[in-house]
Amino acid sequence: MTDHVVANRAPAGGPEPVLRVRELVAEYATPRGALAAVDGVSFDLHPGESLGLVGESGCGKSTLGRALLQLMPPGGAVRGRVELGGRDLVGASLPVLREIRGKDVALVFQEPMTRLDPLMRVSDHFVEAIRAHRPGTSRREARAMGRAALAQMGIPPTRADNYPHEFSGGMRQRIMIALGIVLRPQLIIADEPTTALDVIVEAQILDILDALRRDSSVGLILITHNLGIVAETCDRVAVMYAGKIVEIGDVRQVFSAPKHPYTKGLLASTISLETTRLHSIDGTPPDLVTPPPGCRYAPRCPFVMAHCTDAVPLYAEPEPGQLAACYLYPGANADGRATPREDAEVAR
Amino acid sequence: MTASPSAGVGRERNVSVRDTDVVLEADNLSTYFPVRTGLLGGGSGAVVKAVDRVSFDIRRGEVFGLVGESGSGKTTLGRTLLKLVDPTSGAIRYLGRDLAPLSEREMRPLRRELALIFQDPNASLNPAMTIVQGVGHPLRIHGITSSRAQTRARVAEMLERVGLSPAENFLDKYPEDISGGQKQRLVIARALITEPTFVVADEPVAALDMSVRAKVLELMLDLQRDLGLTYLFITHDLATARFVCDRIGILYLGQLVEWGRSDTLFDDPQHPYTRALLDAIPLPDPGRRDRDKRLPRGEVPDALHPPTGCRFHPRCPEAFEVCGWQGADLIDFLEDRWTTVDADTFEAESAATGPLSGVEVSRYAVRFPAADASHLLPLLRDLRDARAGRVFSAVDDVTEDRGGVAVTFRDGPEPALQPVAGRQVACHLHGVVAREDSEAIA
Repeated sequence: MTDHVVANRAPAGGPEPVLRVRELVAEYATPRGALAAVDGVSFDLHPGESLGLVGESGCGKSTLGRALLQLMPPGGAVRGRVELGGRDLVGASLPVLREIRGKDVALVFQEPMTRLDPLMRVSDHFVEAIRAHRPGTSRREARAMGRAALAQMGIPPTRADNYPHEFSGGMRQRIMIALGIVLRPQLIIADEPTTALDVIVEAQILDILDALRRDSSVGLILITHNLGIVAETCDRVAVMYAGKIVEIGDVRQVFSAPKHPYTKGLLASTISLETTRLHSIDGTPPDLVTPPPGCRYAPRCPFVMAHCTDAVPLYAEPEPGQLAACYLYPGANADGRATPREDAEVAR
Repeated sequence: MTASPSAGVGRERNVSVRDTDVVLEADNLSTYFPVRTGLLGGGSGAVVKAVDRVSFDIRRGEVFGLVGESGSGKTTLGRTLLKLVDPTSGAIRYLGRDLAPLSEREMRPLRRELALIFQDPNASLNPAMTIVQGVGHPLRIHGITSSRAQTRARVAEMLERVGLSPAENFLDKYPEDISGGQKQRLVIARALITEPTFVVADEPVAALDMSVRAKVLELMLDLQRDLGLTYLFITHDLATARFVCDRIGILYLGQLVEWGRSDTLFDDPQHPYTRALLDAIPLPDPGRRDRDKRLPRGEVPDALHPPTGCRFHPRCPEAFEVCGWQGADLIDFLEDRWTTVDADTFEAESAATGPLSGVEVSRYAVRFPAADASHLLPLLRDLRDARAGRVFSAVDDVTEDRGGVAVTFRDGPEPALQPVAGRQVACHLHGVVAREDSEAIA
């Protein structure tokens, strides 16, 4: 594997990454054949760092989140490597995965109600979760830990013994986060954690996630379709298209000077308070059972060149730390066959 | 294929609309829903005031935006204006004629002039009908076309108009055969095929990916111009509202808190709730992430028990003495406080209040019957003197009461809309103006 494939390498002598993902492939079986929803994804995540995984429906971002923890539905398969604290999770046994999922990694999903047992008091969720991973903990101790975690999330201790349905949507999401962090995980994976919430509550939850990873150096992977959320909360961003990360880099760099044409299109089509003109991307994403040859964005790309469909582009590094899988930049071609032409100037 | 992503579509504001040219007017409009409780659904007489005494007007050729969070009543208001839901009181004047008292039979001839575009295309398209059948359906219902060939021709024309071209490729397909963006075009085609005057679009692009949203909005604006439509655009997304709407009304718990020209509202919001909504929008600009956001606390309260006075007061970062503080607000304050103090302080203070479930809460008072008065009295007085929370601005007295502790509150009227800097705002920060039709307090 070349260095270029390894998106965002650790600086020499820097801290070991919490998570190291290499050439990850996540496939579903369909009647028409295998569909690689995630197709060769590599990245590192460092302690206290937040990475936004952003893209539109069907790009593979949610599958990637699940594949990291081997949570694929029946008929799904994962290949590649997912190293968490040095341990490879691909192919790990179920007991090992269960241990990791509850303790080392917290998962926060869009709809918390589906993860909370409606017949169990909130405090009992904590007792169960804590004692499953730390059997020596007393009930009393576990309840106190739960109360503290809830208070940190803004849930009054007087509500700890209520049932999940007695809370609003935003409160339930706070409870899920409290449950996730009570055992001090190294990593939080949050998949559209605020999509079901109103904008003010969304901002409150994002503040909480941001404070968490700043204060406890936990790594955060935030999966979202909302570029605004990434800009508000993430250090780095990985833009996904058709199962691949097409661009990854520092949030400020990527948002101010996107390199991949898809990133440019996505940013331009985002409607913000400053929007004075509407933009959109022509065409639709490809069918992943039979993906197009070469660059998967080529059929929609306004900068497409003749050789874009010859082979899958490698990562070029047009700016230090900012990688784009695009032939517009030197380094994307594997064998020097394809070189950017005058058209490339348009992209700069 | 367009080669340059800079070829975008700008928005020409419709500034020429005359004040007098009102297409639709809501006059003190309310829609209440009875809440069924109990085993037999007999009801407790409780009502949810989904829309509560709302007045505004929509002018010919404009896009009027209704913006609010879930539970704001925006969808109910949109449906009430079309008489798809019967109002409880008030008037809906469509071209001067009050629709509120009309029967469904009397409404029928007006239906083709009033259209609704839904958010979820899958819910608004019959999967068993081909596109020509589904889109042509309203034509047959209203007797606009009399033959199959005529219907087919009209549908084909409409499909071309919404960009489903060539129409022949779509007419005999089923909704499941086309993409999400195309489906939303279909929903628009179906809504507009009867050539309506007034169109309610309820979150028309919320279910679409960003890269196709613009196309659908663009289409809606083109059609508005070409067909002379007037839109009510319902959304929770302020950024889209700002781009699309000429005027905007901000709804909170069934009431308009601020309304006026959209540039006026966005450039210089005057209601703390409008400001909060604007502050909370995540900006796709990492350079501005550290800006000062004044986020309100908590969430939209239960619509069955809306707060007294100004409905936003419990969450408002600027609420003061007259905003309608009530007993429940003190309990909220204490529970909030207990998330920030250490476990020992919490134990001591909750022992002093006694169980919160036993506390008697009413509009103007809270009584802690099981309180340890020797601890709770000084605690509450200290908190009051320190103005530890905004709720204390309205605390009248903290006294020992029949062995427990009672806290009483001063009155705060429901704010009326008043003109402030070119728009209407219902907020006491601009001068205390009480609603004349303020509800009697139980």
